[in-house]
Amino acid sequence: MILNQFLLLAAVLFCVGVYGVLARRNGIMVLMSVELILNSVNINLVAFGAFRDHVAGEVFALFVIAVAAAEVGIGLAIVLMIYRNRRSIDLTEADLLKG
Amino acid sequence: MLSSVLVFAFERPPIDWHAIAPELTLLGFGALLTLVDVVWLERGRAISSVLASLGLLAAMVPVLTLATDGADRATFWGAYVIDDYSLVMKAVFLLAGYVVVLLSTSYIAEGDYWESEYYQMLLSAVLGMVVMASARDLVTMFVALELLSIPAYLMATWRKRDLRSNEAGLKYYLMGVFASAVLLYGMSLLYGTAGSTILADINAAVSDASDGTAPLAVVTLGVIFVIAGFAFKVSAFPFHTWAPDTYEGAPTPVTAFLSVASKAAGFVALLSLVFVGFWGRSDVYQPLMWVLAAASMFGGNLMALRQTNLVRLLAYSGVAQAGYMLAPLAVAGESLTTADDALSAVVTYLAIYAAMNLGAFAVIIAVARRTASAEIDSYKGLFHYSPALAVAMTIFLMALAGIPPLGGWFAKFEIVLALISPQTPWGVALGVVVALNSVIALYYYARIASYMWVEQASAEAGFDTVSPIKVPTSVSAALVLTGAATLAFGILPQWVGHFTDVTLLATLPS
Repeated sequence: MILNQFLLLAAVLFCVGVYGVLARRNGIMVLMSVELILNSVNINLVAFGAFRDHVAGEVFALFVIAVAAAEVGIGLAIVLMIYRNRRSIDLTEADLLKG
Repeated sequence: MLSSVLVFAFERPPIDWHAIAPELTLLGFGALLTLVDVVWLERGRAISSVLASLGLLAAMVPVLTLATDGADRATFWGAYVIDDYSLVMKAVFLLAGYVVVLLSTSYIAEGDYWESEYYQMLLSAVLGMVVMASARDLVTMFVALELLSIPAYLMATWRKRDLRSNEAGLKYYLMGVFASAVLLYGMSLLYGTAGSTILADINAAVSDASDGTAPLAVVTLGVIFVIAGFAFKVSAFPFHTWAPDTYEGAPTPVTAFLSVASKAAGFVALLSLVFVGFWGRSDVYQPLMWVLAAASMFGGNLMALRQTNLVRLLAYSGVAQAGYMLAPLAVAGESLTTADDALSAVVTYLAIYAAMNLGAFAVIIAVARRTASAEIDSYKGLFHYSPALAVAMTIFLMALAGIPPLGGWFAKFEIVLALISPQTPWGVALGVVVALNSVIALYYYARIASYMWVEQASAEAGFDTVSPIKVPTSVSAALVLTGAATLAFGILPQWVGHFTDVTLLATLPS
């Protein structure tokens, strides 16, 4: 069973996701970058689970998928609400609170 | 056909129903709230806060019966543990949740902010915290974290039309999901190392990871990512950037909830992880905790000095308080006695912090009913027209600063004692940092007190500065509860010490 390739893929996805969260200014793009990180987690969990022939990894991945769906649902609701109120989802424009 | 599928029958885990009774009670009342909202519609709104408080207090009953029973219980194959530590934290969460309901009642009812949904979210978040206190497994911990975070994101944006509340929720949400994604990546690495999600198994695997091999690097990365993920939750420097903005923009009762309950839940997770999951890897987490603690104390206190808004000031002071609570974890791995001292110190601090911080927010909510602002300037002369509120605020601020005989001094004393007792140079150095920061913090707490007592209210304040502020009954009740707790913990420290003298490592095979 090859493990390293999956872990490398997951690590690359994780890095792409982190870069996206830090660099993107569009709310939806940030959400998609977070999804990339979560998918790298899933790849890790499933790869480790298969490697060790242990079902907990797959079960954990299912939990991550289900919870991530709920989380993104909330996130889209918040972004939509902000779009309704200010007609833009550019995160750099959200700067009323500072100090 | 179907029977061939059912050969792999689901094996039900052994469930100890008494052990999960507090959670089931909360779940039941949450469902009841939803049902009342759906069936009675508008008529149900009036009783939603009553139902929520009843639910939180009813969940205390099984916590008390479990405490009198006294036996440690483990259920769901060891993923869910009931011991002294988890029961104390459950009680703190339930009582803090009850105080938040008291603070919210008039605020939410007068603002017409979707009352029953609000209390459903609150109950669900408290349920997440109560589960977190018992979670000794990565999956349970993750689900508990999301169960408390997702409603909290919604509660921060509760004033839908208000741009500031929108922004508060957006910042909290983005930082929160990013943190939980990083945390999950760390958890996946730990799972890969241990081949199990149970914290005790992870401890065995990470303690065995040897030098110079790949697993040690993986373990180190996993531990760092998981701790960083929870450092966001407890708003430790440099992961605190969401806290001031979210605290300022969110509805004030929600801010009180976030600053106390969700911070405490993050700490509970960190404590379970450090004392059960990573305990054998003190060479990895101790330096990390040292840096996080020192940076949080200095960062939080120095930025609090230049704040003009009281809620933002409490956000930064909360960063510093997180630093005090992280400090004992930097010496936790020295020996078993040190670990016990450190755990008791953090649990004591959490209980006392919950009382004094909720009290300070209760005063802010009461005063904002008159001034509609949390600017520190608007507290000028408060003593001259609302002496009771000024006295209460002074008590809570001085407790936060750690002045005897108020609760905070005992909490800080325990922290410094836990830091110094192992006699290591790093521990003593951090103890000095704690003492130094207590002095810095005293300056900005005392400044607010002097505004209230010494200064006169300015004539152009734009609100009535003559008649006393009318405080709603529920907020007064919250003030009395938190004030009594703050005073009692300070004057009778052995009383709180008796409850918070807990040990987590008893569950560990050593």
